[in-house]
Amino acid sequence: MKKKVGRQSILFSERPYLRGRGTVVGKKEGEGPLAGYFDVILDEDMYGEKSWEKAESKMLKESMMRAVQRAGLTKEDIDVMLSGDLLNQLMSSSFMARDLHIPFLGLYGACSTMTESLVMGSILIDGGFAQNVLAGASSHFCTAERQFRMPVEHGNQRPPSAQWTATAAGAVVVSSQEKKPQPAPAVRATAATIGKVIDAGIKDANQMGAAMAPAAVDTLLNHLEDTGRGIDYYDLIATGDLGFIGKDIMVDLLIDAGLPSDKVYERYDDCGTMLFTKEQDVHGGGSGCGCSASVFCGYLLDKLETGQLKKVLLMSTGAMLSTISPFQGESIPGIAHAIALEAE
Amino acid sequence: MKEISKEDNKAMEQQKKEISKAYGKYAKQFTPKPNYVGNGIKAFMVGGAICTMALWVQNQLMAQGINEKDAGTFVTIGLVALAQFLTGLGIFDSIAKFAGAGVIVPITGFANSMVAPAIEYKKEGPVLGVGAKLFSVAGPVLVCGISSAVLVGIIYWLMGR
Repeated sequence: MKKKVGRQSILFSERPYLRGRGTVVGKKEGEGPLAGYFDVILDEDMYGEKSWEKAESKMLKESMMRAVQRAGLTKEDIDVMLSGDLLNQLMSSSFMARDLHIPFLGLYGACSTMTESLVMGSILIDGGFAQNVLAGASSHFCTAERQFRMPVEHGNQRPPSAQWTATAAGAVVVSSQEKKPQPAPAVRATAATIGKVIDAGIKDANQMGAAMAPAAVDTLLNHLEDTGRGIDYYDLIATGDLGFIGKDIMVDLLIDAGLPSDKVYERYDDCGTMLFTKEQDVHGGGSGCGCSASVFCGYLLDKLETGQLKKVLLMSTGAMLSTISPFQGESIPGIAHAIALEAE
Repeated sequence: MKEISKEDNKAMEQQKKEISKAYGKYAKQFTPKPNYVGNGIKAFMVGGAICTMALWVQNQLMAQGINEKDAGTFVTIGLVALAQFLTGLGIFDSIAKFAGAGVIVPITGFANSMVAPAIEYKKEGPVLGVGAKLFSVAGPVLVCGISSAVLVGIIYWLMGR
């Protein structure tokens, strides 16, 4: 049976179940509007470890273990673990996998990693290559700052468009079978769209939202065309971390592309603007793999499981820059993947 | 497959540049500008206060009988030590966020740019961590500053001949 539809989308025939989830977030994220939806909120972002990297690894591990536990499984039941983060050589994910002894595939999609791991996990389940897949992603403000920007204690002023890397980790168990007893309703992955790398030529690393918005627009329009769904098919379409500026650009571009403006305003939101309030001094909003990972695994899945949302399209967005590419005069390529999740 | 010709490549680069320019302009209208006037006033007030305080201390030292050059050195040491101490306590970055250039431009900014990496890279060890990264922020400024000073010095020397 052919599962591919259109140019770049997939319709899942087996409709994999999302049967367990775990989230760990930092102190600042725990002071945000979604605080009540997270499993663990840290008192301090070092998490009792000796380095920020160790702390991020531990956050990811904790969210993975919580997801397995909530799925009613043990780690021996997990066939493959998919995970990624922002650090060079996927340090947080690989070092987390070192302790768990679960077959592991590392993924890098910058901040789009949560959706990438969910898409890949669902493909593995749908193709019959695995029974249970653990999919996750993480980011940490301090590890990202020191790798991509300045030492944390360095004094400077951030421009209003700069975004705040979320200290957060999220994980989900994707499974071929529903949890028993299954709390109604069950959440299932129904479709996915793999995004293209799109570069609109933004060179300013403090303009991530603007750099990624064209990729998100491209993926969404292609998803709707490939699947034949309209924007009102979904109760909520959530991009990963476009932030306040990127969200405005996305809305403008979508309306420009001919989508009905009332529906766009009503059904579209961005995880980077949901995780923090503007008063939390995050300037352009949240970013990082952990942003969409925690908002999805904590908040959106809760809304799906309790039936308050029926159909959600998660579109994590990634800025594919490296630590050296801006210095070589390169612009910032963006990417966005989409996965459709439905409660039934 | 046909090789991409030089002309095609050039046309592609040109098109990329045009897209980049047009989109950059479009994205700009969504981006709030920093409050330059407000930031400027804050920087002027805080920077000015630091300099006035420093001058007051210098005058006090000179009143004690220390000569002007030594008093200046003492004040510099004092400012550097204070900025380093505040960086260590994790307060300096909050002050710099408020005052901006007011604390970054004076020697306090230099002190912070040395201590911040020293704290940050302590975990990678004293040699390959702190040793390698100590100048990661201040280094580029020093290299360019000293290079241009040498250049200006040569011009000055040539003019004096």
